[in-house]
Amino acid sequence: MMTAKTSMLIDNPESKDATAKDNYQVNDFVVRFANTNGTGSASANNMFAKAILRMGIPVCAKNIFPSNIQGMPTWYEVRISEKNYLGRRGGKSEMVVAMNAQSIEEDIQSVKSGGYVLYDSSKHLSDNLHRDDIHYLGMPISSICLKEYTDPRQRQLFKNVIYVGALAALLSMDFTLLKGLVRDQFKGKEKLITPNIYALELGYQYANEHFICPLAIKVEARDLVNNRILVDGNTASGLGAVYGGATVVGWYPITPSTSVIEKFASYCHRLRIDPASGKKNYAIVQAEDELAAIGVAIGAGWNGARAFTATSGPGVSLMTEFLGLAYFTEIPMVLVNVQRAGPSTGMPTRTQQSDILSCAYASHGDTKQILLFPDSPTECFEMGAEAFDIADLCQTPVIIMSDLDLGMNDHLTDEFQWQDDKAYQRGKLLDKEQLDELKEFGRYLDVDGDGICYRTLPGTHSEKGAYFNRGTSRDNYARYTEKPKHYVENVDRLTQKFVTALNYLPKPAIVQGKKSAKVALIYYGTTSHPITEAIDELSSHGISVDTLRIRAFPFHDEITQFIEKHQDVFVIEQNRDGQMKTLLVNELQVDPKQLTSIINYDGLPMTSYQVVQGVLSRFSDKEAAKQTKKKAG
Amino acid sequence: MSYVKSAFKHPRLPVNDLGLTYRDYEGALSTLCAGCGHDALTSAIIQACHELSIEPHKVAKLSGIGCSSKAPNYFLNKAHGFNSVHGRMPSVATGANMANQDLLYLAMSGDGDSASIGFGQFAHVVRRQLNMVYMVANNGVYGLTKGQLAATADKGVKNKAGDLSLFTDIDLCVMALQLGASFVARSFSGDKKQLVPLIKAAMSHKGFAFIDIISPCVTFNNHNGSTRSYDYVHDHITTAAVTDFVPVKTEITSRSDSGESEDVCLHDGSIMRIQKLSENYDSSNASKAIIDIEQHKAKGEILTGLFYLEATASEFHEINNTCDTPLNKLDQDALCPGKRVLPGINKSFR
Repeated sequence: MMTAKTSMLIDNPESKDATAKDNYQVNDFVVRFANTNGTGSASANNMFAKAILRMGIPVCAKNIFPSNIQGMPTWYEVRISEKNYLGRRGGKSEMVVAMNAQSIEEDIQSVKSGGYVLYDSSKHLSDNLHRDDIHYLGMPISSICLKEYTDPRQRQLFKNVIYVGALAALLSMDFTLLKGLVRDQFKGKEKLITPNIYALELGYQYANEHFICPLAIKVEARDLVNNRILVDGNTASGLGAVYGGATVVGWYPITPSTSVIEKFASYCHRLRIDPASGKKNYAIVQAEDELAAIGVAIGAGWNGARAFTATSGPGVSLMTEFLGLAYFTEIPMVLVNVQRAGPSTGMPTRTQQSDILSCAYASHGDTKQILLFPDSPTECFEMGAEAFDIADLCQTPVIIMSDLDLGMNDHLTDEFQWQDDKAYQRGKLLDKEQLDELKEFGRYLDVDGDGICYRTLPGTHSEKGAYFNRGTSRDNYARYTEKPKHYVENVDRLTQKFVTALNYLPKPAIVQGKKSAKVALIYYGTTSHPITEAIDELSSHGISVDTLRIRAFPFHDEITQFIEKHQDVFVIEQNRDGQMKTLLVNELQVDPKQLTSIINYDGLPMTSYQVVQGVLSRFSDKEAAKQTKKKAG
Repeated sequence: MSYVKSAFKHPRLPVNDLGLTYRDYEGALSTLCAGCGHDALTSAIIQACHELSIEPHKVAKLSGIGCSSKAPNYFLNKAHGFNSVHGRMPSVATGANMANQDLLYLAMSGDGDSASIGFGQFAHVVRRQLNMVYMVANNGVYGLTKGQLAATADKGVKNKAGDLSLFTDIDLCVMALQLGASFVARSFSGDKKQLVPLIKAAMSHKGFAFIDIISPCVTFNNHNGSTRSYDYVHDHITTAAVTDFVPVKTEITSRSDSGESEDVCLHDGSIMRIQKLSENYDSSNASKAIIDIEQHKAKGEILTGLFYLEATASEFHEINNTCDTPLNKLDQDALCPGKRVLPGINKSFR
């Protein structure tokens, strides 16, 4: 048994040495919170991250949680990085707040040598949890709560706030600012402010009295956040749909997409109530399953409302028949796919980018779907709105390919912006007057030769424009036909339509020097998060790289040109099979040998280390091959 | 069977209030088998729409997959139609209705479409109280795939190939009654006198109106031993009440003089006149209706007529509190919160 005494840093000579060196690690470390889910730790942990943000220091937070409501281990990893390295760093953490007895053994192992573990010393820590190379900060949090509070729920909840208070002292956070944050957070619930601040102070005082503060890791206020905000992608997607004019939603709850709709609903509740009547300018149906959810969106899209649904892998599987119908009957709608680890139920609370192929060609027959790949909550917001224009312009579903990491974790991202003069683009939609002037209407007549035809809505005109929308093969006037000529004409026009679609899709984001580098990285969505750090790391190895971030499918020509310009192209993604690489090879005239996959599919966000190792190992392989060749020669 | 529909219109065809003739409510030429019950149903729909002076383009026709679901192509060619995927019409209808509550939603489905592959969707669209007319052309058999038994085929009957229906049959009217539909009726495609007033009343009703229509399949389920053949239905059909539909503008001159009669005022002011044939009949009692249906079934009879009507029921948009303007007609000003509110939203993430 370790005694409480030795766990206190102030009595620990080793740590005195550490601080005496005055060699602080400032604004560059990881704090990992180990909690039990359902204990209210999430809001306290979030408060910690936000306080760092308000000190002007870039921060990224990852929630690593189970598919469970109460009682299982959950982690919250906060990376503080002055250099704006906002991907998951990976490896061990400088500090662990170990609040879960279930996982404490593993948690103590996850502390970096020389690092700290803050734990609840109300009970003795067993000897086998002792490591010589880390510092133990024992704080009797449960005992404090037992003494201070009578309500069992409060005793539980304030534990979390108390350790945040202690961290403020230990890491030299701005305590006044932290208290201000509490006031902001509980605005409107004033009763909660005083007890929360009191709990913060309990922790803060205890740490100051018992530990040498600050530790060798600490934060210092900077001005590096600028106009950025800390928000999750699902909130942004939901808000984007409000801005994009979505009025009809059909959905079925599924992790990790649920909060897209919940946020859409809560923003609608604030922003979409008709001021005169108090009635809703929107309608949401929680459907019986994903089949119905997308059916609702398609029915509404056919009838001219901007409609969407959100789901994840298993839901996408169920929706594919309907996606084929919408592709073939050319109905606009938006689907937000917040990807998780598959196949099957897979790991519902872990992240992956593994629906690329199943979405690109969703449904039976020759099909193709438009995909958008946001890499940040800012893009979730922008694409979340823009997707409705694209769907209307192209008269086809648009799938926004988010993922659990992007959707459910808070990311530091550029603030949301909107141009009021940007009008919704409804595409080739005929109103009564236009129909009056029209000589002849055929729903699938390619009047403009761009593969996109004119559509009409039910109820528009008493004589013209009605057609029978059907999943069966049809002629230009929407009449059933199985004549080879009509069928081929129709599906060829759809091919043409997806070429036209490129005009409306966001182009890839390319960064290259005046003189092209030999090495290039292609990535998309959340694999862009570790890239800044990876580029710096690679450059320290003498490797300079050009980069291309894919933002949409079908692919623009720029992607082919970019690949052709580079000798070694790495496609970085989060699935086992290198699905984007497959899609690139399948769609573009590129030599598969030119592309090398760097993949991560363990369900956790990719780290820069993985990217760097992927690149380096390719070169060491090449070098080895050269050597072998030489020897053989 | 003819392959071309004549464009000729008799000059003295009766016109309705809109100046439209019966022919203005027709659709494409039917490709169903000669004698198919569904064609009689189509003609009943046309008659009901014409007589009620429904503006054809203010109707949205919806269907799933199957012989029944082809039918919307054969009526109201000035209306938009949506032939969706198998069993999924209810969700498409839900979305369409959510987008624009000002249209009349006429949906056609079949026994396979609603009682098997789409049973779940059927149940949930009833729950939602969508303002629509949901008609099932029920023949107890799969037509387009040539004669397999449907879930509505009575347990113990044989199909044409001699396969026995082994499992419990589903009565969609009982389901609709249980799930809270506010208008539930059953009829027979061969009985226009009963069917047309029911369709008219369903169209005038605000809320979810369900009509199960026995519609014999001449090709695959008209044999001896079938309980959905023309002969069998004729011999075993019975009704609890005779219903007549009195449209809004008609002056009510006389009341029915035989039996007990009840007038129920529908949402649009028209009247459903119900002449009870049995003392037990009560159009406002859904559980009684279920018992009634089951008791007749036990006797080998097919009970038809109006089973249940709750004229003051709420429909989806009232429950949702949707704005009066159809959602698909709201402009950007009404939909987009604009730049103005973003600073506040951004601030909440700092």
